[in-house]
Amino acid sequence: MLDAKIPSGKLDDKWVDYKGHCKLVNPANKRKMEVIIVGTGLAGASAAAAMGELGYKVKAFCFQDSPRRAHSIAAQGGINAAKNYQNDGDSVFRLFYDTIKGGDYRAREANVHRLAEVSSNIIDQCVAQGVPFAREYGGLLSNRSFGGTQVQRTFYAAGQTGQQLLIGAYQALERQVALGNVTMHARHEMLDIVKIDGKAKGIIARNLITGELEKHFGHAVLICSGGYGNVYYLSTNAMGSNVTAAWKAHKQGAYFANPCFTQIHPTCIPVSGDHQSKLTLMSESLRNDGRIWVPKNVGETRKANDIPDADRDYFLERRYPAFGNLVPRDVASRAAKERCDAGFGVGTSKQAVYLDYAAAIERYGKIEVSKQGLTNVSHEQIIAMGKEVVKEKYGNLFEMYAKITGENPYEVPMRIYPAVHYTMGGLWVDYELQTTVPGLYALGEANFSDHGANRLGASALMQGLADGYFVAPYTVGNNLADEIYNAAIPTTHPAFEEAAKKVAERIATLKNINGKQSAESFHKRLGKIIWNECGMSRNAAGLKQAILDVQALKKEFWSDLRIPGEINEYNPELDKANRVADFIELGELMCIDALTREESCGGHFREEYQTPEGEALRDDENFMFVSAWENKGEHEWQLHKEELKYDVIKPSQRNYK
Amino acid sequence: MSQNTMNLKVKVWRQKNANAQGAFVTYDVAGISDEMSFLEMMDILNEKLITEGGDPVAFDHDCREGICGMCSMYINGKPHGPWQANTTCQLHMRAFKDGETIVIEPWRANSFPIVKDLTVDRSAFDRIIQAGGYISVNTGNAVDGNSLPIEKQNADDAFAAAMCIGCGACVAACKNSSAMLFLSAKVSHLALLPQGAPERKSRVLNMVAQMDKEGFGSCTNTGACEATCPKEISIANIARLNKEYLGASLSAE
Repeated sequence: MLDAKIPSGKLDDKWVDYKGHCKLVNPANKRKMEVIIVGTGLAGASAAAAMGELGYKVKAFCFQDSPRRAHSIAAQGGINAAKNYQNDGDSVFRLFYDTIKGGDYRAREANVHRLAEVSSNIIDQCVAQGVPFAREYGGLLSNRSFGGTQVQRTFYAAGQTGQQLLIGAYQALERQVALGNVTMHARHEMLDIVKIDGKAKGIIARNLITGELEKHFGHAVLICSGGYGNVYYLSTNAMGSNVTAAWKAHKQGAYFANPCFTQIHPTCIPVSGDHQSKLTLMSESLRNDGRIWVPKNVGETRKANDIPDADRDYFLERRYPAFGNLVPRDVASRAAKERCDAGFGVGTSKQAVYLDYAAAIERYGKIEVSKQGLTNVSHEQIIAMGKEVVKEKYGNLFEMYAKITGENPYEVPMRIYPAVHYTMGGLWVDYELQTTVPGLYALGEANFSDHGANRLGASALMQGLADGYFVAPYTVGNNLADEIYNAAIPTTHPAFEEAAKKVAERIATLKNINGKQSAESFHKRLGKIIWNECGMSRNAAGLKQAILDVQALKKEFWSDLRIPGEINEYNPELDKANRVADFIELGELMCIDALTREESCGGHFREEYQTPEGEALRDDENFMFVSAWENKGEHEWQLHKEELKYDVIKPSQRNYK
Repeated sequence: MSQNTMNLKVKVWRQKNANAQGAFVTYDVAGISDEMSFLEMMDILNEKLITEGGDPVAFDHDCREGICGMCSMYINGKPHGPWQANTTCQLHMRAFKDGETIVIEPWRANSFPIVKDLTVDRSAFDRIIQAGGYISVNTGNAVDGNSLPIEKQNADDAFAAAMCIGCGACVAACKNSSAMLFLSAKVSHLALLPQGAPERKSRVLNMVAQMDKEGFGSCTNTGACEATCPKEISIANIARLNKEYLGASLSAE
């Protein structure tokens, strides 16, 4: 059994006690301590800024041309915080409870409670940085609802909350760069962890412009490289999002936890053809006002607007009257898939459901009319006023939809279908966010700790910033306090030389395959295997076949890959090949994990384990644990378990009816 | 929803690295669906080049949903192509006709040196932000978010300026390669908020100095930047920047 080193004491007191007793590093010593941060999204940028402010010497790395590009920027809907500004009964406990329940009782209580505790500080910090959150006319912060909750605790900036939060963190990071506390290495990709005496002491990074391999020392290494949703090829992730940094950490001894826990987001623009390179999310906030439906009759040929209410099936409202369109993501996605599989899907592919704004537009129009005290208003005028309100709330999302599909969502219902969006699994970390390799940490989506088997909306931004601003600066410091006696190790040390040599060899091997197929084409094939067998629903036979298919694909990859160009130059195809090689290995582990977890929970739906109503059927007696996998060599992993103890919350079947 | 396919020619700027001489090369791309995004058309071109043993076209791209600011192509004489308020990644092929020749160039500006083909180095923007594009508040110092009410109009205006994605289209569109729209968006975002007040003067002076140091040209108010901005950042921000700059210069020590 793995020990997560959760502090003793009452749940409410753990974090306060931890902070009160953790070891500190004095300012003079901080200046001598070097910290490497890989990735500059919300987790990485906030950690780099916060650690830089404290006086550590921080080196931050990102593969993009600027830290401001990290994929956190694409988060749309919002960020949760237990502020209870709406006076609607919110509290730290309720945010904690909703998150544990939303995660289908597969997250660690102590971490989630800490997350809920610091959630308020995040909002305050961001406001102080100048993040322009939406406000009411009185000048105070505005909130909206999100899935899986019954309170309004989501802070937002139109449909661009991630952008605004990331720009806030990026600016804080650039301020530290200007002050000389952070050195930024953009267009660099981490390709290995350097370990000395079993501890992480640095990284090998490739300068993506020159192809040169660089050695960087650090007293601690923080992996903040995001999730691995791109293993499916088609996902809402950015094209460059990858598992490579996390996977290198895994290969160096860091356990990988719950890899099969992936989130399929219910509201994305459907796939239109084989050419498709990525999928676009339509924010969950749209489920606040939009109604999801399919025709009641199989083979319906009428246009959406011509189908009367009586012939529509608002299937989420029908199945889940208490939460309606705001059920958690896994539940909403499965319900949409169920309808499409049963033949009720819409659009040319029949793999889509409607997300309809007609009712919301009319409702908002009427509210405007009464606000402005107007009388004798025509229906057209009401609709026009309603459209204005909807435009203010969701305008950028509607525009994006129109650009991609060529349809006007103000006039006809949007077509949506679930798509891969987020990965709850990730590097296993203890309470201090430290992996099983001492000195190596994982923050944000790169770790597994807070969302269990399903993440609630507006919680990813919260977790990234919680880890970076408010958790890691304490917990990393607690361990660095023991490192003050150890001077920086020069990168001429044999461990660095050896690691750099291995990386160079792997790159040369990839390049010298000299086959015929592009990295992209292998990636597409991998994606299809994982999506079909380890996607929205899984079964033993399919997973077993998928494992064989991925193994065969790996063999083919390593014998028929073609990388054009040279090694020592800017070569995006080489970068991609490196990443796809790691995705293939991860894909195999995901299927193994899904196969061994013989229960359904959250986003992990095993067809063999469901209730008569088709809901996920957990097996708490046998699977109330985190699966943490240790890599033992090619195609070989050993399972370690972390038992999940619920001291405060009593697990029950999730009920959103 | 019905798909039409078309055959096109793309005339692409190819340049091996920053120091090499570049030139246009024309390629045929066939069977392009009008439902594809522009970058998916580029993917198809690259896939073809790779399988034929050639060198794929290098271009920057990441989120492909119009928000990261990484994509940067000058298409048929316009940054991000023909659609208004749009990024290259959100441009779709229904904007083009069968048989058309599409000309694709990198951002052209001395301050954005070419890395390869269509990829340029925009790190000058990061250095402008380092010069003062932030509020100096360390983590943990914040008071309650609602203790500082902000007039909705100011908050909305600050947000409108903060929507800048730092893509550099404004610079690419400007005949002087001026970065004034980018800079003014950040200065406005922070000047419109009370949190930004304490550093208001030093911020604008330092950021403008850095912009000049990076070699961006001057603004002659042609408005090309505003017309091309994918996030429709208003040129009124430049007026605000000038006011801030003048005020700061006159009252500086």
